[in-house]
Amino acid sequence: MADKKSWGLGSKLRGMFSRTFVLSDETWDDLESTLLAADFGPDVTDELIDAVRASVAKVPPIDEEDFLRLLREVLEERLSRFDTTLNLKDRPAVVLVVGVNGVGKTTTIGKLAKFITTAGRSVVLGAADTFRAAAVDQLGTWAERAGVQMVRPQQEGQDPSSVAYQTVEFAMANSVDVAIVDTAGRLQTKSGLMDELSKIRRVIEKQSPIAEVLLVLDATTGQNGLVQAEAFLEHAGVTGLVLTKLDGSAKGGFVLAVQERTGIPVKLVGSGEGIGDLSGFSPVAFAAALVE
Amino acid sequence: MATFGTLSTRLTDALKNLRGKGKLTEADVDGTLREIRRAMLDADVSLPVVKSFQSAVRERALSDEISKALNPAQQVVQIVNEELVTILGGQQRRIEFAKKPPTVIMLAGLQGSGKTTLAGKLAKWLAKEKHTPLLVACDLQRPNAVTQLEVVAGNAGVAIYAPEPGNGKGNPVKVAKDSIKYATDKLYDVVIIDTAGRLGVDAELMKEAAEIRKATSPDEVLFVIDAMIGQDAVATAEAFQKGVDFTGVVLTKLDGDARGGAALSVVSATERPIMFASTGESLDDFEPFYPDRMASRILDLGDILTLIEQAQQTFDSAESAKVAEKIATETFTLEDFLEQMQQLKNMGSIKKMMGMLPGAGQMKAQLDNFDESEITRTEAIIRSMTPAERRNSRLLNGSRRLRIANGSGVTVTDVNSLVNRFEQAAKMMKSVAKGKVPQVPGMGPIPGGIGGARPKAQKKKSSKSGNPAKRAAENAALGQRSSTGSGAGFGIGAAAGGAGGVGDMSAEEMADMQKLLGGR
Repeated sequence: MADKKSWGLGSKLRGMFSRTFVLSDETWDDLESTLLAADFGPDVTDELIDAVRASVAKVPPIDEEDFLRLLREVLEERLSRFDTTLNLKDRPAVVLVVGVNGVGKTTTIGKLAKFITTAGRSVVLGAADTFRAAAVDQLGTWAERAGVQMVRPQQEGQDPSSVAYQTVEFAMANSVDVAIVDTAGRLQTKSGLMDELSKIRRVIEKQSPIAEVLLVLDATTGQNGLVQAEAFLEHAGVTGLVLTKLDGSAKGGFVLAVQERTGIPVKLVGSGEGIGDLSGFSPVAFAAALVE
Repeated sequence: MATFGTLSTRLTDALKNLRGKGKLTEADVDGTLREIRRAMLDADVSLPVVKSFQSAVRERALSDEISKALNPAQQVVQIVNEELVTILGGQQRRIEFAKKPPTVIMLAGLQGSGKTTLAGKLAKWLAKEKHTPLLVACDLQRPNAVTQLEVVAGNAGVAIYAPEPGNGKGNPVKVAKDSIKYATDKLYDVVIIDTAGRLGVDAELMKEAAEIRKATSPDEVLFVIDAMIGQDAVATAEAFQKGVDFTGVVLTKLDGDARGGAALSVVSATERPIMFASTGESLDDFEPFYPDRMASRILDLGDILTLIEQAQQTFDSAESAKVAEKIATETFTLEDFLEQMQQLKNMGSIKKMMGMLPGAGQMKAQLDNFDESEITRTEAIIRSMTPAERRNSRLLNGSRRLRIANGSGVTVTDVNSLVNRFEQAAKMMKSVAKGKVPQVPGMGPIPGGIGGARPKAQKKKSSKSGNPAKRAAENAALGQRSSTGSGAGFGIGAAAGGAGGVGDMSAEEMADMQKLLGGR
C-alpha cells in the first residue's frame, strides 16, 4: 500500500520546512490543511492539532523529521486504541459483509476468501445479494478465483435471509470452517433495507452465532462514513471495519473518527483489484502511510 | 449528520449576536463565515474550494446593498446561498446531441460510483425522449460487469452491444470503436459506452480511457461521481479531466444522506457542469440536476432559506408602512388588524412555518399543542362585524356584540375578550408610537425581542431598525408584548416582519409566542 502513495502528507509537510525549521503559524495552517485534505474532518483535525501542539510543547522537535515523527506518534496512538484481530474461532465462523453500494463488498469477500484459504481453512461463500443485477455471477467469479464453494440463490430475487440461512446450513453440514455471506449494497437511509439486514442477522443466529459483521467502507468517502457506520452498527451489529480503495489518492482519514465514535476497529484494508490486495489493519503502517 | 449538529442550529447561535444590528461589520461577517467554513468541511467540500468561496462571500457581504426585508444575518445566509447556486449552476446545460447520429456518450469514473446502473438509467430516460439508445459494454475488467449491463439493458428495454464476455478478456477500445459502426448500421441514434471503473492515479487504465475517447470521439464524456466522496473529489476529478477530459458530471447516490459537498468541489475545480443526478436504485430514479436543491443540501440551509423567501414574498413593505402610519396617527382599526392577519395567512401554515425555523425541533410538542384555528376564529369574529364597527370599535354595544357572536359561532365573552385585547393593544401602540413608555402594571421584562427588537428600543421613540417596514412590525410587537401577552394575531405580525428573529427564540419565548397566538 505504501509504495503507491504519491500524494502523502509528508511531501506536503516537508515543503514547509525547506526554509528554516520554525513552527510558525503557517506550519500549523499547513498541518491543518493536510489533515483536512486527508478526510479527518474538522473536529478530529482540531483534536489532532491540539495533541501535536501538546507534544511539541513537551519535547520541541529539533528538525522536520522529528516533527513528522511526533505527528506519526499522535496518529498511531489514536489509531491503535482498538483490537484489530479478526475473530474467526467459531466453527463455522460466520462472517456477514455489509455496506453501502459500490464500496467493494463483493471484491473484499473474494480477497478475504483467498486470504483464509491461504491460511489453510475452508471457506464457503453465500450470495445473498439477490438484488443487484449480476451480483451473484460477480461473486461466483471471485469464488472460482479463490477456489472456494458458493451457495447460490435457487431462484431470482430470492429472500436474502434464506440464502444466508442455506449458506450457514451448508457450512455446518460439510464442516466448512468459515462461511462468508455477501449482502446487497444499501444506503443507510433506506430503513426498509436496513431492517432486512437485521432480519438476515436474526435468521443466521438461529443456527449459529455470527463471528464477525464486517462493514466495508470506501476510502474515498468523506464525512458521511461516520453516519454510515452508526447506521450499520445499529441495524447489523457491526464488529469490524474494512477500508477499501486505499490504492487511490484518498487517505480515508475519516476512519479515525469512526473508530472513536463507534468503538468498532478497522480490521482489514483493501488496496487494489488483485485477489491478494487485502491485508490486516496495522495502525503503525496506516499512520506511516499518512505521514510519509 | 446529526452527531455534528446541523448548520442551521449552529448558524442560529452565530446569528443571535447579529440580531438587531442594522449594518454588517467585518467581525459579524467573519463570525458567520467561520461557521459556514466548518459546515462546508463537514459537508466534504474540499479545503481550497472552501477558502476561495469564503473570500468571495466575504467581499460581497461587505459591499452589498442592505436588503429591505432581511436582517443582516439573513443577508449573509442569502449571499452564501446565491454564491453556491451560481457556482453549481453557472455552467448549466443539457446534453448536446450530434448533428449526424449516432450521438456518442461515454461514461467514466471511479469504481463503485454507479456507472453501470447510470448507463441503464440514462438509456431509459433517452428512450422516453424518443431516442433509440444502444448500451455498449466496455467494462471488461470487473467480474460480470457485462452480465450486469445486460440485465440492466433488459430492465430498461434498450439494446445492448456486448461482443466480449469481459472478466479481463477482450479489448475495450476495439469494442467501443466497433459499437459506433454497429449503431450506424442498425440506426441507433445514441451510443452509451460503459467503461471500467478506475482510480485517478492508475495511469495505465487512464490511458485506456483516453484511447476509448480518441477512438470514438464522443459528443459527451460524463464523469460519474458518488455524492459521498470526500476531500479526494478534487484530485480524482482533476485526474479524470486530464485523462479523458470529461464534458459533464453526473452525481450519484443522492438518495443517501451525504451532503454532497463534492459537487461543489468538482464544479469549482474543473468548471464542468453537473448535468444529472441519480437518486435511487430503480432505473427511473434519474433527473436533471437542480443547482438550488444541491446548494441547500450542502449547507442544510433549506429551512432558513424557505423562510427568507417567504418573508420576502409576503412582506409587502408598502402595506406595512401604511400600518406604521396608522399606528402613529391613531387610526389603527380592527380592519387593519384583519388585513395584517390575512397577510400572515399568505405565508402558509403558521405551524409549518414555525417548524421550519432552526432550533424549533425541540419545541415540536409545543407546536403540536398550538391551535391554529384560534386565528381563524379571531378572523371570523372580525368578519362578522359591519365595516363601520370594524373602523370604530366604540360602536360595539351589547346587542351588536350578541349579533357578532351569533354570526361567528362564538360566545359574547369571546367577542368581548377580542375587543378588549384589541383596544388595549391599540392604546399601547399609540403610546409607543408617541414615544411614551407604556405603563402596564405587573408587566414582566420584555423577552429578547420576537421581531428582533432589543429591550432598550422600547424607551426610544420607536425601534431603531433602518427598515421602515420592520420598524413598524417591531413596534407592533412591542405594543403587543406590553399588553400582558394576550392579543391574538398581533404577535404574528411581528413574525412576518422579522422572520429571521423568530429563529432565535428560546423555548420560553416560544411559549410566550404561543400564548400570544392562542391568547384566550
